[in-house]
Amino acid sequence: MNPLSRREFVAAGLAAGAGLVVGFYLPHLGRARKEVFSPNAYLRITPDNKVTIVVARSEMGQGVRTALPMILAEELEADWKQIEIEQAGASTLYGDQGTGGSASVKSTWDPMRKAGAAAREVLISAAALTWAVPRSSCVAENGTVVHSASQRRLSYGELVEKAATLPIPTDVPLKQNKDYKIVGQRLARVDTPSKVRGDAVFGIDFRTPEMKYAVLSRSPAIGGKVLSIDDKESKKIAGVSYVGKISDAAVAVVADSVWSAMEGRRMLNVSWDDGPNKDLNTAAVMESLKQAAAKKGASLYSAGDVSKVTGRRISAEYHLPFMAHAPMEPGNCTAAFRGSSCELWAPTQVPQDCRDQVAKALGLDPDQVKVNVTLMGGGFGRRLEYDYAVEAALVSKALVDSKVGGPVKVIWTREDDMRFSTYRPASLHQLSAVLDGAGWPVAFTHRIIAPSISGQKGQPGPNGVDPDLPDEAAFIYALPNVSLEYVPAETAVPLGWMRSVYALQAGFASESFIDELAAAAGKDPLEYRLHMLGKDQSIQFFDTTWRTARMRGVLQLAADKAGWKSTLPPGHFRGIACFGCFSSYAGEVVEISMENDVPRVHRVVAVVDCGQVVNPSILEQQIQGGIVFGLANALRAKITIEKGRVVQGNFDDYAPLRMEETPVVEVYAVPSTEPPTGIGEPSVPPLAPALCSAIYGATKKRIRALPILS
Amino acid sequence: MADFTLRVNGNEKKVSVSPETPLLWVLRDTLELTGTKFGCGAGLCGACTVHVEGSAIRSCSTPVSQVAGKSVTTIEGLGANGLHVLQQAWIAEEVPQCGYCQTGQIMTAAALLAKTPNPSDEQITQAMNGNLCRCGTYERIRKAIRRAAGAGAAGGAR
Repeated sequence: MNPLSRREFVAAGLAAGAGLVVGFYLPHLGRARKEVFSPNAYLRITPDNKVTIVVARSEMGQGVRTALPMILAEELEADWKQIEIEQAGASTLYGDQGTGGSASVKSTWDPMRKAGAAAREVLISAAALTWAVPRSSCVAENGTVVHSASQRRLSYGELVEKAATLPIPTDVPLKQNKDYKIVGQRLARVDTPSKVRGDAVFGIDFRTPEMKYAVLSRSPAIGGKVLSIDDKESKKIAGVSYVGKISDAAVAVVADSVWSAMEGRRMLNVSWDDGPNKDLNTAAVMESLKQAAAKKGASLYSAGDVSKVTGRRISAEYHLPFMAHAPMEPGNCTAAFRGSSCELWAPTQVPQDCRDQVAKALGLDPDQVKVNVTLMGGGFGRRLEYDYAVEAALVSKALVDSKVGGPVKVIWTREDDMRFSTYRPASLHQLSAVLDGAGWPVAFTHRIIAPSISGQKGQPGPNGVDPDLPDEAAFIYALPNVSLEYVPAETAVPLGWMRSVYALQAGFASESFIDELAAAAGKDPLEYRLHMLGKDQSIQFFDTTWRTARMRGVLQLAADKAGWKSTLPPGHFRGIACFGCFSSYAGEVVEISMENDVPRVHRVVAVVDCGQVVNPSILEQQIQGGIVFGLANALRAKITIEKGRVVQGNFDDYAPLRMEETPVVEVYAVPSTEPPTGIGEPSVPPLAPALCSAIYGATKKRIRALPILS
Repeated sequence: MADFTLRVNGNEKKVSVSPETPLLWVLRDTLELTGTKFGCGAGLCGACTVHVEGSAIRSCSTPVSQVAGKSVTTIEGLGANGLHVLQQAWIAEEVPQCGYCQTGQIMTAAALLAKTPNPSDEQITQAMNGNLCRCGTYERIRKAIRRAAGAGAAGGAR
């Protein structure tokens, strides 16, 4: 939508009768000068009674195009059937549009509610003025304002012209949870029908006139460079119109179809300088983690003094491999460079990063780059990068410069996606605990040794603590002596944020170790955790205040629903784990049997406490999806490096979960009126430790390294 | 380059492409039917599933020369009159998350129900196991297939 200021829009609305726009400031837009009056516009109501809600986060399957408008529509007292959705591209109006950290509902909960409430109040005022009745005698309901005394009713569309002339209140009352009519309902997702018909436009489906297709040949070794290009055979492929280097490490092959571009690349001969990592392999990476472990790290959390506690000491080391996101839609982006501007159609979680980085790469100003956000065939964090956008822009510029074209869609093959991704960091975990005479832990130490994702991207954070760790490494047990430490390590392997990020590693190590402690103490792992959680206490971890009672709640409910104490069929075993991340709590019980030394997961009971649930159907999707994702990670997700190259290439050697391996997943949310917190990621971390606990029950073998089937 | 005639969703289509071009790219780039997706290019994920003469095949690994003169059905043509009963079931069960793999899932399921109108759970698993979903929608896919089978999906696929 046009970045009209509120004042301009009200004027335009007056002139054209165009409608009512409600904008407001987001807290982090503090830099915006008030006299410029450049509010964020999330809502547009037109005289035809159409209510358009702008979604300024990216849809990658997690349901934001439905959930965020539900929040606004609730306060607006809108008729959900009259809502239309508009996807925002990169903008300066919406604050940080990055879609990640399970934060979309959490971070827009207040802004979206306030936008809806402010509009509602203005519409009520407009009706009261129209009828010349006291404002207090009018109520908004179902897309109309009603004066019950006289049985009069005006639709929002009918009130738009009058409303557009009125001042917009800044301090508006918000509804109480008990009065919600839309929030909390299993409303159908707005994006389902098009995805089922096949006409939903993902990035890879977008087309624009004169568009060509490109695939890139990238340095097979991490950090390698192009030495020379022989494109003679490549250019013989029908349809290939351009072959050229677009960066030190990539050569583009452009054609009039994807297949011709792929064939052109197959026939291309590039000599590579493998560069400084030509001898890098996975063993060296794991060795470097061990070496880093000798260093003192930064404290993440400390209670009491673990060094002064004596008693029965138990220690263990855990480690995890690199993993790849592998979303179903491979990387792609369409770009049209036009000399002094560039337009992009990007399946991206970070439209603003795409805008800024493309501008930098092309020597343009950010406002000369327009980024349209398409649907994404999965993200899982892979699309928090901007590499695909910069590539597409550079190829488009090369085509314009060489006068062979303009708009171009760069497509990554599955092998490109697997081998030139950014990866969940490999990690090493050193844990130790001291048990008292009764077997309860009185001291707990967890050292996380892992390369820093943000550090590698040039933003190491205070004391070298990756800024993600505060959301993902909390220890929510009320023990008297606790030490959590992070030791950053270095790696040349490109790192990225993958669904649940460090919480997967921290949760696997920490919860598996607690299972070890319970076994060493001869106690039930559920009872052991409940004892460790103790009575309700606050645990402050960076900016988040955790409550042990809420963790007890999810754990106890998961155990109850799974029938923790009930007898299992012969050969079946259960495991349990819980973890908190992105301000939400999750507890899971996994039931397995062993078939030829391979665990078969029959049933998972997952309980979350994420505050107020916005849409229970979407919540169930996210939890079921998180369990399936977590199970694939636990069983066999592993990216290895040989000679500086990623070994895995496709779904045969990096295999997501299939239907035959998928358990029944029962999902429960603890009823809550707390503000909503993350739901996309918190179900992932407890899965692996709960599964490994069940495997221990079956085999008496401890799994201290993922993946299980390595 | 060579000329091929296909019958796509009931309509004769003439295309001029190199014979080894996978059907997937002919559908997507030449005929602009982008409901059929590219996932792996190696027959491992099923996102590209379409019907050729009523059987589910992987269009990413099927050269166009092999389907010359044959009848091809894509997601765009699955419901001859409105939505196929499986598409309706997919909506009722709210199956898609990102949605990228779902058209391939539906095409595989349609081929299953055409041959086996009331599949057992084992038959559903066997038929659907080649279709990957990274969002993990398998449970709802199973429910949607059961729902469609209950509604009588036999003969829905051409």
